[in-house]
Amino acid sequence: MQTAVITHAHGDHLRHGSARYIVARPGASLAQHRLGSGQPVTAVDYGTPFTVGAARVSLHPAGHVLGSAQVRIEHAGEVWVVSGDYKRQPDPTCTPFEPLQCDVFISEATFALPVYRWAPTPQVVEEIVRWWRANRDRGIASALFCYALGKSQRVLAELRAFTDEPVYVHGAVGALTDVYRRAGVEMVPTLTVTSEKKTDYRGALIIAPPSAAGTPWMRRFGEHASGFCSGWMRVRGDRRRRGYDRGFVISDHADWPALLETCLATGARRVLLTHGHSDALARYLTERGVSASALQTAYGADE
Amino acid sequence: MRDFAELYDEIDTTTSTNLKVDAMARYFRTAPPADAAWAAYILSGRRLKRFIGPALLWRWLIEASGLPEWLVSESCSAVGDIAEAIALLMETAEATKVATDVPLADWIEQRLLPLREAEEAQQREAIITWWRTLPYRECFLLNKLLTGELRVGVSELLVTRALADVFGMPRTELARRFMGEWRPSAAFWQALRSGEAPVQEASAPYPFYLASPLDADVQTLGAPEDWQIEWKWDGIRGQLIRRAGQCFIWSRGEDVVTERFPEVVDAAMEWLPDGVVLDGELVAWREGSVQPFAQLQQRIGRKKLTAAILESVPVRFVAYDLLEDDHADLRGKPLQERRARLEALLAGAPEVLAVSPLVTAACWDELAKLREESRARSVEGLMLKQKASPYGTGRQRGAWWKWKIDPYSFDAVMLYAQPGHGRRSNLYTDYTFGVWNNGELVPVAKAYSGLSNEEIAELDRWIRSHTLEKFGPVRAVEPSQVFELAYEGIAASRRHKSGIALRFPRILRWRTDKPAQEADTLRNLQAVLDQHRGRKEPN
Ligand SMILES: [Zn+2]
Ligand SMILES: [Zn+2]
Repeated sequence: MQTAVITHAHGDHLRHGSARYIVARPGASLAQHRLGSGQPVTAVDYGTPFTVGAARVSLHPAGHVLGSAQVRIEHAGEVWVVSGDYKRQPDPTCTPFEPLQCDVFISEATFALPVYRWAPTPQVVEEIVRWWRANRDRGIASALFCYALGKSQRVLAELRAFTDEPVYVHGAVGALTDVYRRAGVEMVPTLTVTSEKKTDYRGALIIAPPSAAGTPWMRRFGEHASGFCSGWMRVRGDRRRRGYDRGFVISDHADWPALLETCLATGARRVLLTHGHSDALARYLTERGVSASALQTAYGADE
Repeated sequence: MRDFAELYDEIDTTTSTNLKVDAMARYFRTAPPADAAWAAYILSGRRLKRFIGPALLWRWLIEASGLPEWLVSESCSAVGDIAEAIALLMETAEATKVATDVPLADWIEQRLLPLREAEEAQQREAIITWWRTLPYRECFLLNKLLTGELRVGVSELLVTRALADVFGMPRTELARRFMGEWRPSAAFWQALRSGEAPVQEASAPYPFYLASPLDADVQTLGAPEDWQIEWKWDGIRGQLIRRAGQCFIWSRGEDVVTERFPEVVDAAMEWLPDGVVLDGELVAWREGSVQPFAQLQQRIGRKKLTAAILESVPVRFVAYDLLEDDHADLRGKPLQERRARLEALLAGAPEVLAVSPLVTAACWDELAKLREESRARSVEGLMLKQKASPYGTGRQRGAWWKWKIDPYSFDAVMLYAQPGHGRRSNLYTDYTFGVWNNGELVPVAKAYSGLSNEEIAELDRWIRSHTLEKFGPVRAVEPSQVFELAYEGIAASRRHKSGIALRFPRILRWRTDKPAQEADTLRNLQAVLDQHRGRKEPN
């Protein structure tokens, strides 16, 4: 690809192999971090149009993670919007989703079933804090698994409402948290878990990516309780299958009501759906008179 | 019902037995008596029959959710459970979820039980209203009650443990009143708490007669013909009680373990006449031989008794004494007579009810040789029981001896714990154990190994919550946990307060079935020492 317009820096939306990458300005440092310093990343402001070939293109906040963007493409009098991943809940680490009008809307549909419905984040973070305190009373550590980019920083930022205690983070989380801090996002203080000195982790909260669960890296914490922050934790069977003690329902994706509301509010005469339960949302919208269908993509279901 | 829903959640989100027991105890301490009675009823696995069939719930869910049937269906298959799917789909307008908290007992007695008699339209109306107004957790619980599928990850055993803790009552006392059939009510709860609830007489076991370790030369026992000799099984000592049209199994630790051995219960109900009490051993049994004790632990351990465990750990009740027959107490009769009646009673019985075979030998030397085969036979040695003896109580010496094989083992009480080294430095893994001497526990051994990681973690939690005192890194713990320790050699030692030194002590298993009072005595260890004085042991 000559020019890649990047919605956000998650692995399933950012691939190597393009001659240049265009990203929204708040996400430039993240994209650069993920791609490596040699790669040509061009930052543009939200809402400022630029041209790619014959199309007039602009980026607009998606509320997914820092610098995430919807891509608005205007060509021959028709407007298309590619949502990328998005959510409608408030998130202190990124600019809120901006509703746009368009003819064709390409939306994600990761959690497109009516069982997926998110409680307000502060309420869930309060649960996390209570869990952490209870584990501390038992003299054990709390290992909270969160995706390294986005979810971890969102939890660290939301924790400020409850505590200013430092939280331990896995190296992968720590590096990205530094990028967020440099971008001006306020979070509780963090300490990166290192192998050097003996640390007593009893009573501590540790944030690590899910890939660290069950690996020898976890041994240093001794006995600990484990929790997982994800939209998938809404369903008890998923909680139990994944083997975490606790599930906390926090997602960077839109839930069922937000997906419906967003798709309808664009006024689009056609909606194309990607990720997850796209067939269910397509059928539901079609039955409501919106022309909708599922679109095959290379996106994953994780982030 | 809110507190009960919270309790359900707490139990559902931990695998630790101790945390489950603690959570139940906390609930029982604060719940109104009628609620507590119903909670104990449900938690101990007594089921309420389903109130509404799933087909009706399904139809009402489609109507109430306003979603197309295909979408409800797709949601249900993503969730995998209709009770949960309903709670998830109906949790919509958060604002209306301000239902006042109705006590659990009122829910069941005033709302659910009358539902059985109600017209379908009334049922529909009531249930949909509850769905719309209950917060998620309570809605989920309600649906589980409606469908009669409320299963909680605890057993009657754990509930009894929590109740004994709350009431400050010995577990045996409590279990005798709690078991069997009862109607959950405030009155029942008060009676249970004050100790006035009637003992379920039918279930009451006899006090177990316990063998003493053989500490003298076997030749001093007289003629071998005077002794009934059996293998010493490595299982759970238990009484199988068949009375009043029911069946109960009590373990040596005086816990009711009936629910853990359904195949034994089935066989007993089928074969034994009413008014019979057997003494024997529950053992894991496969392809003609006894299996290691660790397997049997899966039957009584923290795990839910699943079909898979029932199949992978088949058990037998190996009977060796008949304490009651035809409603008559036989304990005063000589063992010889009891044995004959036992064999007659179990002749032709289902395989699950076996008679412990007799070991015969012309002289003690021959028997000593047979004893050497113990390990190969997966037994712990021999039992020597005087044929003329009545069934005693407690550990009366003289009539029953256990003649165990090496490695020597004994039961000790944990006294102190300290953190391990290296990667285990966050866990309490180094323990000091003691045995009884004149009513006091004397430290005799330190041991580091022998438990599974899971047991270590559980023990670590237990230690942290049962610390009496801290001395630097060392914690003195409540002397209540019993462990079976093995050792390779024993020697006299002036350096130890106990006067003995054990070589290579290690933990064989955590005897959660044994109360601390029944741990070994220093005298038993000294007897072993005296017996082996001749042997050279390092000092
Ligand atoms: Zn994605
Ligand atoms: Zn993403």
